[in-house]
Amino acid sequence: MEENVKKEELMQDHNPKKPFWEAVKDFFKKDLVQYIVKRVLMFIPTLFLISILVFFVIQLPPGDYVSAHIAALATEGEYVDADYAAELRAEYGLDQPVVTQYIKWIKDIIWTPTDSQFYRLYGSHHNWKYSFAYGKNVWDVVEERLGLTIAVTAIIMIFQYAVSLPIAIYSSTHQYSVGDYAASVIGFLGTAIPNFILAIVLMFLAYKWTGNANVGLFTQEMMQNGIHLYNFGDFMKRMIIPIIVIGTSGTCGIIRSVRAQMLDEIGQQYTLTARAKGVSEGKIIMKYCFRAAINPTVSGLGGILSSLFSGSTVTAMVLNMQIQGPVLFKALQSQDMYLAGAIVMVQAVLVVIGILFSDIVLAFLDPRIRYSGGGR
Amino acid sequence: MSKKQKSKEDYYLASQWTLMARKLKRHKLAKISLVVLAILYLSALFADFLAPYALEEFDALYRNSPTTSIHWMHEGKFVGPHVYKMTKTIDRETYEVKLVEDTSEYYKINFFVHGSEYKILGFIPCDLHLYGVGEGSNGGTGAKLYLFGADNLGRDIFSRVMLGGRVSLTIPFASAIISFFLGITIGSVSGYFGGVLDMIIQRIIEVIGAVPQIPLWMALSAAIPPGVSTIKMYLYMTIILSFINWTGMARVVRGKFLSLKNEDYVMAARLSGVSTWKIIWKHLVPGFMSYLIVSLTLGIPGSIVGETSMSYLGLGIKSPATSWGVLLQEASSVTDVASNPHKLIPIIFVTITVLAFNFLGDGLRDAADPYK
Repeated sequence: MEENVKKEELMQDHNPKKPFWEAVKDFFKKDLVQYIVKRVLMFIPTLFLISILVFFVIQLPPGDYVSAHIAALATEGEYVDADYAAELRAEYGLDQPVVTQYIKWIKDIIWTPTDSQFYRLYGSHHNWKYSFAYGKNVWDVVEERLGLTIAVTAIIMIFQYAVSLPIAIYSSTHQYSVGDYAASVIGFLGTAIPNFILAIVLMFLAYKWTGNANVGLFTQEMMQNGIHLYNFGDFMKRMIIPIIVIGTSGTCGIIRSVRAQMLDEIGQQYTLTARAKGVSEGKIIMKYCFRAAINPTVSGLGGILSSLFSGSTVTAMVLNMQIQGPVLFKALQSQDMYLAGAIVMVQAVLVVIGILFSDIVLAFLDPRIRYSGGGR
Repeated sequence: MSKKQKSKEDYYLASQWTLMARKLKRHKLAKISLVVLAILYLSALFADFLAPYALEEFDALYRNSPTTSIHWMHEGKFVGPHVYKMTKTIDRETYEVKLVEDTSEYYKINFFVHGSEYKILGFIPCDLHLYGVGEGSNGGTGAKLYLFGADNLGRDIFSRVMLGGRVSLTIPFASAIISFFLGITIGSVSGYFGGVLDMIIQRIIEVIGAVPQIPLWMALSAAIPPGVSTIKMYLYMTIILSFINWTGMARVVRGKFLSLKNEDYVMAARLSGVSTWKIIWKHLVPGFMSYLIVSLTLGIPGSIVGETSMSYLGLGIKSPATSWGVLLQEASSVTDVASNPHKLIPIIFVTITVLAFNFLGDGLRDAADPYK
């Protein structure tokens, strides 16, 4: 009996039941968790800075939508008096100082109160303002193409890694061989040829060989019925040119960084040790070197995402793709500032989320990074 | 002393830069690239001499004409390289205007001819050109030699590629240098001092990197006042490109500083009372200069391609001033490419330059650690 009590005490000693808050405290003491919390908290000032930069960028060109609009009307021979312009400016709040405009802009995006006119009209608490050119709520315009933009970007990104990683591994294991040079040239060509020229030439060749230029991402039929399983193949066929054009423009960077890292790792002592112990060459490369070399590439995810958004704009204009890039370009040109601001903001936030995600993955993969405060 | 010993001694006594140069030689493509780039930059320097025609010289007859063919035989007799004058004919069936060679008289191609005036290096007046078309065999004039064909105003594309190379090759280079110094300064401050300053600078870098480039370009180039002179335009473009590109360099520098600032020799310098600024520039920066030069080399090709994209969007350099990007504007639709494939020729120069910079950068990277 006594022994039993003792045993219980012992067990309790070994597994002390902590109160809930202590467990939480312990959880936050873990370095990985601390790192993630720190990174997520860092997300907030970054977003704030981005919003300032975005607003600055869309404000920078001289004039505003009203002056652009009036200039357009004037070329059509319509007479616009100054009072009308002033009225328009007052209506959209364009006559106020920039700081006031910014504060109003960001406040409405974060939270629009329930009793506002906007909420009654659209039932949303996030007022991204009004697109002058489309005559619509900005978010409706953004949302229209957001899904497709993300999908296209994701597909292209997967393609980039699928192409560049094998090339990088090959050329690092065969340094200074003909294969190394040939693989690098192919990998670099996509970067060396400007996107729009490559797109035009490929379109021309596609037209010459198949009699169909495959412009745009959708067929007439897809526009009506949407993308389903049965016409997904057709959609992918139309993705070939965009994938090649946009995808190859980024492969160069990935190939270079992975190749460089691989070369460093192959020269390390542990590789020599593994080889001396008789580990097969394939295993050394894939299990040791490649795993170590992939880290910087993971951390470069945000940058790749950003360059994809930029790179796809020009290509999308040439190929008439229904993604956000061309809308953004037109909005910037016509000074449709709230629409431009919203698209830039959304893309930048996606990039920052990508960076955040890659940092967390990296911290998970490589414990050293949790202490040094960021692998990039 | 045996030969082997001698080479070993050479190795141990060689400076870091000699070792780097030696390692660079092993990367064959990098070696070739270096030569190619040297040729390209030299041809940009002496573009006026290489180009047979001036920037805005045009002949409306030759609008969109394909490359002029060079002949060697005239009426069965060898007369050396010559061209024929073109005449306009109309196809009676399609009513298409076509250029046909008028073989009644030939125009010899001469070397070192006098032509339009220019200034060597901007101050020595000269009118000598590498080649040009002389008078016709019967005393006629007006034949042109358009090696790469003509654009839609009848201007020689070869001349414009040569002259445009000046802009396309120097703006990215200059902006890389500016972003080089911006990057080193900001990156070193961030890495050396750390703390709140580091945190703020890191956020700024993250933000500039996160915002897509096209809106940045558009906003910045829209801020350029309209009607500025060409020279000023170059200056603005350079600044715009470097404003966007410094972040990568700053990140490299910061990373290096983080790993080097706790080394013993830095501590020793600090204890001896060396000023912070001097520690940064005299003790730390030279330690990883080679890495920075690699980043510098690899930053240039991006700007070259970027410049063509900007021109495609109608931003940046505007005609009549020219750059490779401006030249490629004429090949910006499928119909252009289909009917005038010769307008794609400038792309060869862009591609070769970008490839050369990339391979040179790769070779430099491999050589950057000379003691390995």
